[in-house]
Amino acid sequence: MGESIAFYTLAVLILGFAILVITARNTVHSVLFLVVNFLFVAALYVLLGAQFLAVIQVIVYAGGIVVLYLFVVMLVNLKRPPEVHQDPHRRSRLALVLACVLLAEIGAIAVWGYVRPDVPVSPVSAATAAQNVEQVGWLLYTHYLVPFEVASILLLVAMVGAIILARREL
Amino acid sequence: MITPAHYTVLSAALFVIGMIGVLVRRNIIVIFMSIELMLNAVNINLVAYSSQWRDATGQVFAIFIICVAAAEAAVGLGIILAFYRNKETVNIDEMNLMRW
Amino acid sequence: MLDSLIYPLVKIVFVLTGVLVAVMYLVLLERKVQAWVQVRLGPMRVGPQGVLQPLADVLKLFVKEDITPARADKWVYTAAPIIVLVPALIAFAVIPFGSNVHLFGRTIPLYIADINVGLLYIVSVASIGVYGIILGGYSSNSKYPLLGGLRASAQLISYELTVTMTFVAVILMSGSLSMVGIVNAQYNSHVWFGFVQPLALAIYFIGALAETNRAPFDLPEAEQELVAGFHTEYSGMRFALFFLAEYANMIVVSSVATTLFLGGWLRPFPNVAALHLLDIVPSWAWFCLKTFALLYLFLWIRATLPRYRYDQLMRLGWKVLIPLAIANIIVTAAVKVIIG
Repeated sequence: MGESIAFYTLAVLILGFAILVITARNTVHSVLFLVVNFLFVAALYVLLGAQFLAVIQVIVYAGGIVVLYLFVVMLVNLKRPPEVHQDPHRRSRLALVLACVLLAEIGAIAVWGYVRPDVPVSPVSAATAAQNVEQVGWLLYTHYLVPFEVASILLLVAMVGAIILARREL
Repeated sequence: MITPAHYTVLSAALFVIGMIGVLVRRNIIVIFMSIELMLNAVNINLVAYSSQWRDATGQVFAIFIICVAAAEAAVGLGIILAFYRNKETVNIDEMNLMRW
Repeated sequence: MLDSLIYPLVKIVFVLTGVLVAVMYLVLLERKVQAWVQVRLGPMRVGPQGVLQPLADVLKLFVKEDITPARADKWVYTAAPIIVLVPALIAFAVIPFGSNVHLFGRTIPLYIADINVGLLYIVSVASIGVYGIILGGYSSNSKYPLLGGLRASAQLISYELTVTMTFVAVILMSGSLSMVGIVNAQYNSHVWFGFVQPLALAIYFIGALAETNRAPFDLPEAEQELVAGFHTEYSGMRFALFFLAEYANMIVVSSVATTLFLGGWLRPFPNVAALHLLDIVPSWAWFCLKTFALLYLFLWIRATLPRYRYDQLMRLGWKVLIPLAIANIIVTAAVKVIIG
């Protein structure tokens, strides 16, 4: 019962702030709503028992990536608002309608296609829940070691690329 | 009783909201942020099923998605800055020159 | 019901009150210590030896006029001090102040929550605190706060990396991310981690000085530069919140250093039975003593060292401290593999 209340509250908040992100006039407000959205998603991860992923979400996403967005927004603070001329070829209302149709389709597939697991999965004991970090770490360093190393090289490449792109002279 | 189907519907809704943001908004920074919303939607789905099957593989996949999102955000914002320095705009309708 | 709701609420009230009182008196202590170093007396008028000075300060800040700059972003301007203060306070939720205490026939642990990712939780709230500084600078709609805010947040983000690298070394030693687990690991290995990882402790302390915008790394908010930086336009209660947040952050980083490197609430030589006499001092008193020693070190350094220039500060963080911290991790891991 508590889980239902928590899930529905978090779902409403996540979707509400996501809508605010895409509809806010001021870009800085948009970024702030995105941060709050990510914090509620981290809370959802805690509800699902993925505590390590929740803190990683806050540290990397909310506390790193969005700070980067905020910096760029401040460096790019224009005198005139960017959405001044309406492009005549853009059909915003059609995009909205098509998106709602897509949502209805995916929702229908998700609800009617969901198969309960055959073997009843045992409820999580407190001891197993506390071992989330160990489980994730074990997987990362044994089965998924190669993707792990490749991810670190990817981040290095991205860092070098970002520094070069943002410099004043090459 | 909250099943992973609930989480999938939430994830689909968040994904579609991100998609609307990408299609409708013209400020390129807001478009990038909508892409981040879509990536988060995928993460929610992965973690929900990982929680159902008591297998941490879904969370590991989500960690890799966060890594890739970080790399993409860094490089993308670098591109935006470089472009802004040349053309003084962040409206994608004005970013329409394939050559100078 | 009692365990999951009433006890934590009571503990939260205790901790918040304690922290706020400690912050007020830390402000007074800083002025006194700086004064004594400079061979003068500091605040002496309010109360005996100036002990009631914090009350006078609070009263003054309450009744000051609340000015909002013209064309400042009203909501963000109001939210920025709150965004800086809240992470500083909620970090206390995972810090263990002592071992179990026995009251009214029940055993009550002296921490609000022991989560299995406690150390990462503290890193995450620290990274949220950066937002308040950027937003405070931006929303004032004025160039000095904006520059001050961007500089301060860049400094904070750089030294966050440094501090997290030292945490990795401690996690390697303790094998657990939970704060209580780290203290227990120090008990089981018979030695405080500060003795086994002196380099990590030193790097953590320097990083903590930079994280809390304290001298010698206080360029973003010093009075002689950038007109007080990102909180130039704030006055009255909003400025009080920024001030409070800085000192609360100081207490947080000192408590974390105590837990990670100085044995938390353990007494010196915790496994030597011959020193049983020292057990008279309760565990939370040891914790407070160690934290206070570190806080005094903060104040002492402020009174002694000159300020770093911004580029020197960033060079120190990225080119000296982070490579050293990573080298420390590699050496620690190698030693653990060879010995363990």
